[in-house]
Amino acid sequence: MDIRVQAEAFEFGAEAEAFAARQAGMGAVVTFSGVVRDVAGGLEVMEIEHYPGMTEKALSGIAEEALSRWDLGDILIIHRHGPLHVNDMIMMVATSSPHRGDAFAAAEYLMDYLKSRAPFWKKEKTRDGTGWVASKDEDEAALGRWDEG
Amino acid sequence: MIDVLYFAWVRERIGAPKDRVETQAATVMELVDELRGREERYAVAFSDLDALRVAVDQELTDFGAPLNGAREVAFFPPMTGG
Repeated sequence: MDIRVQAEAFEFGAEAEAFAARQAGMGAVVTFSGVVRDVAGGLEVMEIEHYPGMTEKALSGIAEEALSRWDLGDILIIHRHGPLHVNDMIMMVATSSPHRGDAFAAAEYLMDYLKSRAPFWKKEKTRDGTGWVASKDEDEAALGRWDEG
Repeated sequence: MIDVLYFAWVRERIGAPKDRVETQAATVMELVDELRGREERYAVAFSDLDALRVAVDQELTDFGAPLNGAREVAFFPPMTGG
């Protein structure tokens, strides 16, 4: 498992290739990336704050849980913090598995948990002003589908 | 002594990222009540607990959680990662 929290940009293609190249016996690699999108009022900058120390722990915990739930080879999570602009990549996840079903499910699980359980906060500055992005009820509700039992 | 950390708008409302607090509080809720009594900006930041989340020693928990031996408590709004 490879977890990185960083201010620097990353190369999605190079990271995806490198991740795929170090897998053995894995028939499926799924990748997802989150990109800064424009908002009403025109996004000038998105500032991502995080909780150093807890962020890495929370991401590792989420990845460990995914590894225990599905038949996975490996997991990569990269998440940036600091100032970002429209079309910048915020984060990526990659999962590998012998079969695509597990790789897809695990990637979705990672994204659902990362949105609501990893300590990141987004602040948007537009021409109209500055404000913290509110969490969405549907993001919290999305976690319910992973409840066991 | 406990390090109390604030993030996002909680940090902005309180005007500091961190306090070092000497406290006898047994639970997060008791700590919140102590902080509320400090100054108006704390009372404002902690006026609606439904809008806040808390972590004790970097693990998410709830406001009823015990503080026994905790070194670090953090308050912040719901997270918006991804």
